[in-house]
Amino acid sequence: MVTGAVVEETRLEQELAALAGSVPDPELPVLTLAELGVLRRVHMREDGGVDVDLTPTYTGCPAIEAMSADIERVLTDHGIPRVTVRTVLSPAWSTDDISAEGRRKLAEFGIAPPRPHAAGGPVPVSLSVRCPHCGSTDTELLSRFSSTACKALRRCVACREPFDHFKEL
Amino acid sequence: MTATVPTTATVPATAALALGDDALVLSHRLGEWAGHAPVLEEEVALANIALDLLGQARVLLSLVGDEDELAFLREERAFRNLQLVEQPNGDFAHTIARQLYFSLHQHLLWTELAAGDGPFAPLAAKAVKETAYHVDHAAQWTVRLGDGTEESTRRMRAALDALWKYTGEMFQPVDGLDVDGSALEQRWLAELAEVLDRARLSLPEGPRTGAWSAGAGRQGLHTEPFGRMLAEMQHLHRSHPGASW
Repeated sequence: MVTGAVVEETRLEQELAALAGSVPDPELPVLTLAELGVLRRVHMREDGGVDVDLTPTYTGCPAIEAMSADIERVLTDHGIPRVTVRTVLSPAWSTDDISAEGRRKLAEFGIAPPRPHAAGGPVPVSLSVRCPHCGSTDTELLSRFSSTACKALRRCVACREPFDHFKEL
Repeated sequence: MTATVPTTATVPATAALALGDDALVLSHRLGEWAGHAPVLEEEVALANIALDLLGQARVLLSLVGDEDELAFLREERAFRNLQLVEQPNGDFAHTIARQLYFSLHQHLLWTELAAGDGPFAPLAAKAVKETAYHVDHAAQWTVRLGDGTEESTRRMRAALDALWKYTGEMFQPVDGLDVDGSALEQRWLAELAEVLDRARLSLPEGPRTGAWSAGAGRQGLHTEPFGRMLAEMQHLHRSHPGASW
């Protein structure tokens, strides 16, 4: 398990983390990787190379390879000779890792953001999902799985528009 | 360059292979529904579940060796998956029954492994959240079919009965997997009974093991449809060695 050891980041690492974090998500380009909460750590090695720790939203998320390639490209363009992107599973990513700004952008893009988890417990199903088009909370589930593993398909009863909901994980 | 960070603890290869093969083989079976599912939403759902399982398989097989070699170049006898997951899709009720049996089991297993500090804990903590959605999906369909029309009830019952004999193998001990199989089995039976009760169905009767007296999938003994599945899954890779995208 990853422990909470605090490692002081250098200014360069902070700068590189900001660069890597600004890469847009390949499937949800309105979000950056930092807003999605999948960038875990940027570490400068003694040999001048850089290690980047990235965590997948879902174990089988196919976007992770595109994300890795994009991060590599951005950092290489910034003059880093060797970039190694590592996939880490622990601690497991949760939709609670999506930033407030990320949630706002999702809603603006027409995707209902995930609801926050109750502390330690499962997501209460009774909490309604708001339609990102008209704002009504009168929405119904069409399918638990949608265009990607991380979304569910819903429909607004008020405005009749179908929409994606970033489901809680 | 992408790499999965190896765990520091020694990984029990037998267990990683068993769990990895379960996920890989069921993922492939679910993938066979692409283009054939009853409705578009269901096609997408089954493909998404398959993708989750494939992700789990990749992590597990990579702990043992090269994931592509393990998936595409092993012979049937070298696979260690449960016979349950290799069973053909059948009608939709068969697919759902297989999914219900397996997902309930996998969810209990990941929950237990996530609570420990063994080599599978990081993956289990991640996978348990995904598997919760698989259980939900299978349970909802079981209720809908079981408590549906006369025809859907008949088919759901037939599917549950047909696959019942493959369920005992899930609770057999696996080398390197630190779980109490009989405790897991009791919880599995209780959760299954609860779903079937909601579906107005009852637990199937009859033996849950002994489909083959010589052993089962964990010993590398598989049922006839598995060979055909592997032939389809592996033929491209074997026809073009070393090919890449």
